[in-house]
Amino acid sequence: MIETNAPVEPRALVAAPGGEATAAGETPGTSIAHLRIFRGEPGIPSRYDAFDVPVEEGMVVLDALHWVQGNRAPDLAVRWNCKAAKCGSCSAEVNGRPRLTCKTRLTDFDLAEPITVEPMRAFPLIRDLVTDVSWNYAVNRSIEPFTPPMDVPQADWRWQQEDIERVQEFRKCIECFLCQDVCHVLRNHETERPFMGPRFLVRTAGLEMHPIDQADRRRYLKDAGGVGYCNITKCCTEVCPEHIKITDNAIIPLKERVADEFYDPIQWAWRKLRGQPDAPVRTELPVLPAGPMAAAPRASAPESAPPTTLPEPEATLPTTPKRASTRAKRPRRRSDAGGKTPSEG
Amino acid sequence: MTLAPEALDQIETHPVDVLVIGAGGAGLRAAIEAKAAGAKVGLVCKSLLGKAHTVMAEGGVAAALAHVDPDDTWQTHFRDTMVGGKLLNNPRMAELHAQESPDRVRELEAWGAVFDRTRDGRILQRPFGGHSHPRLAHVGDRTGLEMIRTLQDRAVAMDVDVFMECTITRLITSGGGGAGVVGAFGYWRTTGAPVLFPAKAVVLATGGIGKAYTVTSNSWEYSGDGHALAYSVGADLIDMEFVQFHPTGMVWPPGVRGLLVTEAVRGEGGILRNRDGKRFMWDYLPEDRRGEYAATDEEAVKWVTAQSEGRLTDARRPPELSTRDNVSRAIYTEVREGRGSPHGGVFLDISYLPAEHVRRKLPSMYEQFKELADVDITTGPMEVGPTTHYVMGGVRVDAETGASTVDGLFAAGEVAGGMHGANRLGGNSLSDLLVFGMRTGAGAAAFAARRTEQAYVDPVQVRDAARELAAPLEQGSAGDGEDPYAIQRDLQDVMQRLVGIFRVERDLQEATAELGRLKARWPGVAVRGGRVFNPGWNLVFELRNLLVVSEAITRSALQRTESRGAHSRIDHPETDQAGWGGRNSVVRRGADGTMEVTTTGLPKMPDALRLLLGTAH
Repeated sequence: MIETNAPVEPRALVAAPGGEATAAGETPGTSIAHLRIFRGEPGIPSRYDAFDVPVEEGMVVLDALHWVQGNRAPDLAVRWNCKAAKCGSCSAEVNGRPRLTCKTRLTDFDLAEPITVEPMRAFPLIRDLVTDVSWNYAVNRSIEPFTPPMDVPQADWRWQQEDIERVQEFRKCIECFLCQDVCHVLRNHETERPFMGPRFLVRTAGLEMHPIDQADRRRYLKDAGGVGYCNITKCCTEVCPEHIKITDNAIIPLKERVADEFYDPIQWAWRKLRGQPDAPVRTELPVLPAGPMAAAPRASAPESAPPTTLPEPEATLPTTPKRASTRAKRPRRRSDAGGKTPSEG
Repeated sequence: MTLAPEALDQIETHPVDVLVIGAGGAGLRAAIEAKAAGAKVGLVCKSLLGKAHTVMAEGGVAAALAHVDPDDTWQTHFRDTMVGGKLLNNPRMAELHAQESPDRVRELEAWGAVFDRTRDGRILQRPFGGHSHPRLAHVGDRTGLEMIRTLQDRAVAMDVDVFMECTITRLITSGGGGAGVVGAFGYWRTTGAPVLFPAKAVVLATGGIGKAYTVTSNSWEYSGDGHALAYSVGADLIDMEFVQFHPTGMVWPPGVRGLLVTEAVRGEGGILRNRDGKRFMWDYLPEDRRGEYAATDEEAVKWVTAQSEGRLTDARRPPELSTRDNVSRAIYTEVREGRGSPHGGVFLDISYLPAEHVRRKLPSMYEQFKELADVDITTGPMEVGPTTHYVMGGVRVDAETGASTVDGLFAAGEVAGGMHGANRLGGNSLSDLLVFGMRTGAGAAAFAARRTEQAYVDPVQVRDAARELAAPLEQGSAGDGEDPYAIQRDLQDVMQRLVGIFRVERDLQEATAELGRLKARWPGVAVRGGRVFNPGWNLVFELRNLLVVSEAITRSALQRTESRGAHSRIDHPETDQAGWGGRNSVVRRGADGTMEVTTTGLPKMPDALRLLLGTAH
């Protein structure tokens, strides 16, 4: 049963290491959130605008952005659709962490401190919180689609629920691209990316593990897809709002399939004996930022457009975020795009 | 960036055979079919591909596959649809829909969709309100995501040209009265640059109108764009008074008020109770249908248990599975009479079932309540209330081809009218968009093939459209004018307050006057900022569309002096079969630019179909 006066969600009462649970005593409805929102577009100096937003019960960051749009800055560029964590449009970085703003509660933060909202850094900026994610759509096109058997009529297709649960996990993906955003391989290779990224390994895994799919995408994964670049830091799994176990359930099994095919000495010897040559790589991943959907020209993104470079906030974020949340123990990524991502082993 | 109005040759132009506006399920399915027919297809959407409203559909897609209950047939599906629609459906559309939806669902499976399975390894089906058999193929409670991803992947694999984040603001006609549609004008949201699509045929697949209301399950995209575009070129809109208020939206916290709580919660056994703990739906079952529902709690539990174990049972379904119009009125009445929950809803409880089962069958509901409302639905009830969800009314179309009453203009999915009559059954929208998306894609491609050349695009219309596009920004830089957000809030308030679940003449008259005042404010709208991804600017055109559909809803509601399906008149509580049975409301733009409201008779139902209705007609 809901209590109208429940002051804060329980997890906000737990003090983060080194912090204190300041949010706990405040009365909801009267408090103010201090938002610092990245504003800007390529070619002009960017800035952070500060907005004081009245906090309603249960408010999420996207509500606060809408309040700003409706009351202070009607031109604030924000991408969103469903507001229910089902469409994956409203991805941004909140206090440096990639999140869906529609499911990030303001009460997750210490409201005495500013809440900084920035666009995803792994993609070229369009304006404010909106980035050009068309590279992802181009990568998607390079994956060989579902290929059912030609010789089994559909009326005879049968598979058990337990045979498809893994595939259904992958198909939960809402394409928010937060996993792409957090992936250090993609961040380190700003334009020519040798790696398809976690999202598309998940999609490929969903096809490869489909009970009746006939295609073989292992060479594609090894060469164009660059599955070997992933060094299993699991950052993608941590940011996935659908809780898909990207690394354990998708990437590692795909790596094993690729290894069995191409690096197993017995297989290798067998191929040599059979004289089976390695097929040439036909597919290549697109290059940023000149890789939008075929028919979607972008007048604002000429080929010389600089890769996303966000200025650091004027006041640097504290090294240990003062956030009244137990989630603060997530490894923090370095704020420069070239930083190393901590490994969880 | 500002376009000199005369410099038309500067406008980026993409000639296509078939232009599909909207990339939800209906638009994608139409684009796939038109492409398969050999047409050059352009698919335009306001958002990124794969984010359209279809992604939010939860419960399932209705199709008489008869995997769970072998007695299910297209005939029973047809009957349920017509009865649910209070016999105001276009009978041919309901017939085609019932006959063809099983093939459309199987086709999705052949394209890679992975539906939940029966014990013998086939597509599983779940029960839903108003359906006499378990009929909804589903994937947990994220069926829409599965469908849109499957269709999206298929369209991409077929190399359909997709124009993402592009808003269409005008249809271009061949000039003169009664002229056909020959293209569309819009702009790139990412740059603000105008774009022109000369097209031999245009398919509207723009979805619904939910953003005319304050409390809605719909996203910002649902601004009646296709309804208003069709109206602007003289096409008929029918049944616009029929707006579906889904019984179960979230009511708390305020930021998510209206967010959908899938009917699958009730399909899986969810019980509705008021603040006194009373299971109130028993009191609201229509007398003539009472026999289809369980008579006691025990019978309802027996039904739920059998369903969860995938067994057939002779127990009848729980009263919560009445049709949506009826459940919405029941909840509204309970709240109005002071028996609501603390936040102005009622309680929906599924926590009596094993937690593991609930998490498996309703994973995104579990997440949604846990993350957004701090409620664990496996241990306690949800608070829910009605939310604007769907419009049954829309562009009048030909059942076979999706052709509107204007040459070259087609419509499919929610923007089309006729299929659902006065009330839509849950699950019938996903099957609707597959069946009629396909038919309309084929119809548009065939029409385009008959038009051998691209028609002449009138530069005067393009110039006007470009001028109209730039006007709000120019007024914004001049420094004065109305904020579009303020007008939208006022519009939503009018519709929510005066044209909601229960309607009365006085309110509807007042709404008409208010809408007139809002319409007069619109030309003065001014937008700050530039052309690049400016949401306020985009809202200006959506607002114009919302004003059109709101007026159409209100005037149609005023005209229909009876209660039927989703349209409930306090001053005319009875269903007036003699006066209003078989009559559709029609809205069209008159020669002088004002809105004309009339009625026409339903297409005649062949005797063979009439027999299927049994005693219902």
